[in-house]
Amino acid sequence: MLLAILSGFLIAICLLFLGKQLKGNLPLAVSILPITLFVYFCTFLPGIGEGQTFFQHIPWIPSMGIHLDFKLDGLSLLFSLLITGIGSLVFLYSSSYLKGHIYIGRFYGYLCVFMASMLGVVLSDNLLVLFVFWELTAISSFFLIGFNNDNEASRKSSLLAWAITGGGGFFLMAGFILIGNVSGTYSLQEMLSSSELLKSHFLYAIMLFLIFAGAFTKSAQFPFHFWLPGAMKAPTPVSAYLHSATMVKAGIYLIARFTPILGNHPYWNNTLLIVGGITMVYGAFHSIFRIDLKGILAYSTISALGILVFLLGIGTHDALLAASVFILVHAFYKAGLFLIAGVIDHETGTRDVSQLAGLRKVMAPLAIAGGLAALSSAGIPLTLSFVSKDLIYEATLNSGNSALLFTLIAILTNIFLSYSGYLAGIKPFVGSLPAKFSEVHLPSGFMWLPPLFLGLGGLLFGLFPSLLDSSLIQPVIHAMGANDTVVSLKLWHGFNTVLMLSALTIVCGIILYLILKPSLKRLNAIGKLDSFSPQTIFMSLAKGTKFIALRYTKFMHNGFLRSYLTKIIFFLVCLIGYYLIRNVDIQLYTDKHTAISMYEAIVFSIMIVAIFTIVFSPSRFVAIISLSVMGYCMCLFFVYYGAPDLAMTQFTIDTLTTVLFVLVLLKLPPYLRIKDKAAQVRDGFLAGAFGILISVIALQVLNEPTNKNISRFYADNAYLLGKGKNVVNVILVDFRGYDTLVEITVLTIAAIGVYSMLKIQSSEIE
Amino acid sequence: MKIILLKTAANYLLPLLLLFSVFILLRGHYEPGGGFVGGLIASIAFILHSLANGLDSTKALLKYSPFYFIPFGLSIAILSGLAPLFVGEPFMTVLWFENPLPVIGLIGSALFFDIGVYLVVIGVTLTILFTISESV
Repeated sequence: MLLAILSGFLIAICLLFLGKQLKGNLPLAVSILPITLFVYFCTFLPGIGEGQTFFQHIPWIPSMGIHLDFKLDGLSLLFSLLITGIGSLVFLYSSSYLKGHIYIGRFYGYLCVFMASMLGVVLSDNLLVLFVFWELTAISSFFLIGFNNDNEASRKSSLLAWAITGGGGFFLMAGFILIGNVSGTYSLQEMLSSSELLKSHFLYAIMLFLIFAGAFTKSAQFPFHFWLPGAMKAPTPVSAYLHSATMVKAGIYLIARFTPILGNHPYWNNTLLIVGGITMVYGAFHSIFRIDLKGILAYSTISALGILVFLLGIGTHDALLAASVFILVHAFYKAGLFLIAGVIDHETGTRDVSQLAGLRKVMAPLAIAGGLAALSSAGIPLTLSFVSKDLIYEATLNSGNSALLFTLIAILTNIFLSYSGYLAGIKPFVGSLPAKFSEVHLPSGFMWLPPLFLGLGGLLFGLFPSLLDSSLIQPVIHAMGANDTVVSLKLWHGFNTVLMLSALTIVCGIILYLILKPSLKRLNAIGKLDSFSPQTIFMSLAKGTKFIALRYTKFMHNGFLRSYLTKIIFFLVCLIGYYLIRNVDIQLYTDKHTAISMYEAIVFSIMIVAIFTIVFSPSRFVAIISLSVMGYCMCLFFVYYGAPDLAMTQFTIDTLTTVLFVLVLLKLPPYLRIKDKAAQVRDGFLAGAFGILISVIALQVLNEPTNKNISRFYADNAYLLGKGKNVVNVILVDFRGYDTLVEITVLTIAAIGVYSMLKIQSSEIE
Repeated sequence: MKIILLKTAANYLLPLLLLFSVFILLRGHYEPGGGFVGGLIASIAFILHSLANGLDSTKALLKYSPFYFIPFGLSIAILSGLAPLFVGEPFMTVLWFENPLPVIGLIGSALFFDIGVYLVVIGVTLTILFTISESV
């Protein structure tokens, strides 16, 4: 499994080098990858159907409990098949859609990275590994949305999508760490047994909040849904693949994965019900106002994701079953509709449904595919979608107290969704063909075969749903915790309430389609509500953040070293001073101190003189020399108290600092007395406070009982283990050699920093 | 700003100080000293030379830009840390030669680590000081 995941990354890297050589053959060559993976995952079907799960364990960072653990069970397999199956079609489709595009190699590279990371998300058993892949999907999505990077709207949309999903990622990481800490493991498999512990933990609500924040942003749930319509700026195959069939379902996957661990708790169910319920109605309602094909599909996707969250929120076995079938159904028809929209856009140059009509005359096979997809989305009998719709109604009807309400909003959503399905799949193909489209012709088979294939697939599984039930769907819901359910999917359930509701949905959908024609006027009407939409609120928040950041930067980073120093010292004085006054019993006994010797008195008086010279000298040069006198005096103290290493280092450093000062001095303006009395007082006060603070700390440290164990260890073992007599040096190169290694690396970085800053600056001036 | 006295002194002091810095570096394991201080002393030697003779002549003397000392020293330090891996010991274990060398004494991989530190310190100090004195 590791190889299956990594292969995408490896191919993406190879594309960097081979992209030029392969040229026209590249797309087809790369398409072998998803097809191979699809076949590979299909070979697991029999085993999974028998109730097996497959594990792979590779230790990675054992000390932190992070292993490359992969687990393939029903849920993972369903998603893996979707990722590689839809992936194969999208890879083939794009070969024709982006034919001759200058960056086609790059495009396939991103797609491979995305596919690999998505597989990683659904196969990882370790939460932290899952998180890494989770973020990688967001990164590849960012690049794919902004693929047309010369278009400003594309760039903005990709940034928005990144901001939302990446922001959710932060919460998710916190949630994972919290769950990992509470349950004591990062393995999802092992977490199953600590489900009760997690649910009764007092931080349970926070865990839920964090996990949901990640899942809802990824899966475009209200109020974070608005990045998804923006993401439609991506090339259409990307929309079909990432933003409808797979990536946006990662959030659904996560919720489903956590259902047996965190689920079945009022907080869990109610949150999902409310958010999912709002999203499904909101998205479906919005979709009927759109006239852009991809806009319609984007909003109906949001609604479908809402349905999934809603079903997971109901949480009964019926609902889990409905959700798992719906994941499959939705991928079939929505990816199909997206691919069709892509063909239409590619050939006619427009996606405006109010203009598109009669295309069946020029693109017959595509019209069949569109019809199949639209029927599928409406849940007409004989399609798999019909089965799924039945299951949804069955789930809502049996959901207990609020069954009536749930069923009503489910019906409402489904009516809207079937309307938007007709709009996207049928409307462009019926009616009379406008003259301007008469020249339109069917593109290459790579573009119309995939949607047709998906449409026929929906039909095939609709006619024979038993192909799926025990082989795939049953393991899926077993993975979600419904261990004892035997799934048997049937097309015909007999005359009952569910059938009536299905019929009602279909009839209402058709009526709505007949009376409501897409028009710009209605789009504008709903546009008026935009000022209250979450997007507007988010954008104004973003603007506010920018404004505050600007103000903050102006204040804190004004470019004056003296202002930085003032702020840093001021902050330190406040912080440490506060701590000292509040928490430390300050005892400044002098009786413990040794008597002052002659040497000390002399050195001390030299220092006093030097200090006054520094403060009151009108010349910079004198001040600097006095400063180095101070430094040398300190060295003398070190020598006197038996720290020769320290003294040597201090001595050389002081020499170099003085040289440095003198070098800079030449270019500084002549020294001016600070005229501003207030500034003088302020600086004097700050310096005095800081000095007193440090002195108090130094004296206080003497009162603290010291732990001599560490220094004794070093002293005792320096010769035995390090074979050196100079303890300081043995610590530096042996005991704490790591530190030294990192320190010299930091020094290197500092040197590179100074070098590049000064060199770039001086070359700019020239 | 050329002062004959300083110039003459610096020319003699440079080799002496460099020797002294190597001495400090080598004795580090037993007596006060080590790579860090040694490196600083060597830098002071070059700085003194450049103050007396001008930056260009010091650069000519060095032949290579002091910047190259940094990666060189870092690699020596890291390699000395990696060396124990080849004999199956953990990273950064100090290895020792069995017999002491004349004059220098017993040699271990810690010495090479210290030489790396020495070179990095020279490189960093000189790079920073040379860059500043060139650009101000």
